[in-house]
Amino acid sequence: MIGKADQIFVLLQHWIMGFFPPAWQAVVGILLGVVAILIVFPTLFALSVLLERKGLGRMQNRYGPNRVGPCGILQPVADAVKALIKEDIVPFKADALVHFIAPLVLVVAVFMGFAVLPVGRNMVLVDMDASLLFFFAMGASTELAVFMAGWSSHNKYSLLGAMRAVAQMISYEVPLLMTTVVVVMISGSLSLVKIVEAQNHFSGIFPHWYVFTPWGLAGFVLFLIASMAETNRSPFDLPEGESEIIAGYFTEYSGFKFALFFLGEYVGMLGIAGLGTTLFLGGWAAPFAFLNWVPSWFWFFAKIMLWICFFIWMRGTMPRLRQDQLMNFAWKFMLPMTLINLMVAALWRFVDEAWLRWAVCWIIVIGAYVAMGRMGMRRKRIAPRRYRYAE
Amino acid sequence: MLGEGILKGLAETAKNFAGSYVSKERLTTVQYPEERIPTSESARVFPFLVYDGPDWEAGLRCVACQICEKECPPKCIYIEKSKDKKPDYVGKLQIYPARFDIDVSVCMSCQICVEVCPFEAIKMDVEFELSTDDRFGGLLRNRQHLAKSNEYYHQIHPTEASEVDARLGEEKAKLEAKAKAAAAAAAAKAAAPAAPAAKPAESTPKPAEGTDKQ
Repeated sequence: MIGKADQIFVLLQHWIMGFFPPAWQAVVGILLGVVAILIVFPTLFALSVLLERKGLGRMQNRYGPNRVGPCGILQPVADAVKALIKEDIVPFKADALVHFIAPLVLVVAVFMGFAVLPVGRNMVLVDMDASLLFFFAMGASTELAVFMAGWSSHNKYSLLGAMRAVAQMISYEVPLLMTTVVVVMISGSLSLVKIVEAQNHFSGIFPHWYVFTPWGLAGFVLFLIASMAETNRSPFDLPEGESEIIAGYFTEYSGFKFALFFLGEYVGMLGIAGLGTTLFLGGWAAPFAFLNWVPSWFWFFAKIMLWICFFIWMRGTMPRLRQDQLMNFAWKFMLPMTLINLMVAALWRFVDEAWLRWAVCWIIVIGAYVAMGRMGMRRKRIAPRRYRYAE
Repeated sequence: MLGEGILKGLAETAKNFAGSYVSKERLTTVQYPEERIPTSESARVFPFLVYDGPDWEAGLRCVACQICEKECPPKCIYIEKSKDKKPDYVGKLQIYPARFDIDVSVCMSCQICVEVCPFEAIKMDVEFELSTDDRFGGLLRNRQHLAKSNEYYHQIHPTEASEVDARLGEEKAKLEAKAKAAAAAAAAKAAAPAAPAAKPAESTPKPAEGTDKQ
């Protein structure tokens, strides 16, 4: 079942390791994995930036970049060259050291997350027992980087952006963590490798992904929303808020440091998409049993890119939230929903009769969603706004 | 239900996304260097000097009165008067600009020079690709660069150019009539004291010469 194509990168790694003396092989193996991560994900970053620019353009009935290279596919290269040769300006009053370190902290923290993501069968850099916990620990340190950037810039907009970012990221970290708890409850493991393996079964041709269960679907949707907020994506891009606080915490960054922030943001998106894929969409598992011959790593990257496309789609659709809407949504909707979802997952775990647990869990999830939605929208007139003074 | 609006919005953007690949009408972008839209008649970018007839140097309408130079808000016009004179469109001898330079990088396309010019000599061009890689010499347009024929003026601003032509023709006709009247008066005056020799000499060059009334 496991073909050569599936294991091609593992075999390549072992082949290269074979050139070194046995004492070095472990280190070389790890280094190769690190290099692979450092090559693959920035490449995907370039690809997703291009996709975003072209996709957003098309959603707004524009062409998007189409000048550099055929159909504009070399645009990321042009962007990179531009970022590299731009002057790097550090404000006179900035805390130069922290200002310098912040983007590095962000990029390092973001890349650390990939160490535990299984990108294919047997393709994980560190198979940790608590890899989920590790991923979140690393993800949480991006907040530190953002605040460092905002604080050290010595600029009102930067500080406002950083404060918004910290408030938002900490608020959404709670539902993000809680949605992953249901997966841990059912699979009984914090190891991402084991979580993927638990989903890699098929009934007939259909896979056993967690997203196809009531608690999994609810968890998936909540995770999707929280991950958008966590990566500061539109509609949750208040920390940047180009139109209000002119790019927020990276107002004072230019040139390569800005490029690093940009890289960190997109690679963070890829990382959280990878985590969501691993938890709910079966990681590297094929979507149908008859597609098992396709290499596992292909499925993983295809699923990540689907997430990215969805993020782009959302960005093209939604206007930015207001700060109070953002917080209300996190604490009054997301958090109660995740708590109810925990209950549902517990029911799922301990009710044995199949039809009963399906029925009960679906009813609770859908009922809770509808009820919370109604409660949230009570006494709110949802209608096109009329501008009385502009008439 | 909660989230309904988001789904509607997602459907809308998806429709636009797919539609932009299907129908060309959705894409309003004009791909500039390859495609262009014709410039509108009221477009204005940078002044040029109008000349009549085939020779740009002889036909320049400008008489170097320097009004535009004085009125120009950013002071981008530089004029040097000539020492000699040349006949203008009615045949009157006028001084002409020995130098007439406009700095592209300073001009702000306000059209004030056009409005103050009493001789209809300076007009606004629609040519907008004025960039050059020589930022000193290349941006200073001299007399020869600026001179453009009246036909070109008709081409870019047809309505305005016909109005200008009609006005100039009227003025010319008026001057001619005046000259004729002056010549007739002079002839009458000459005829009264019975000096017939002066009459043919004054009446023959009258159609073109407006100068003799001075």
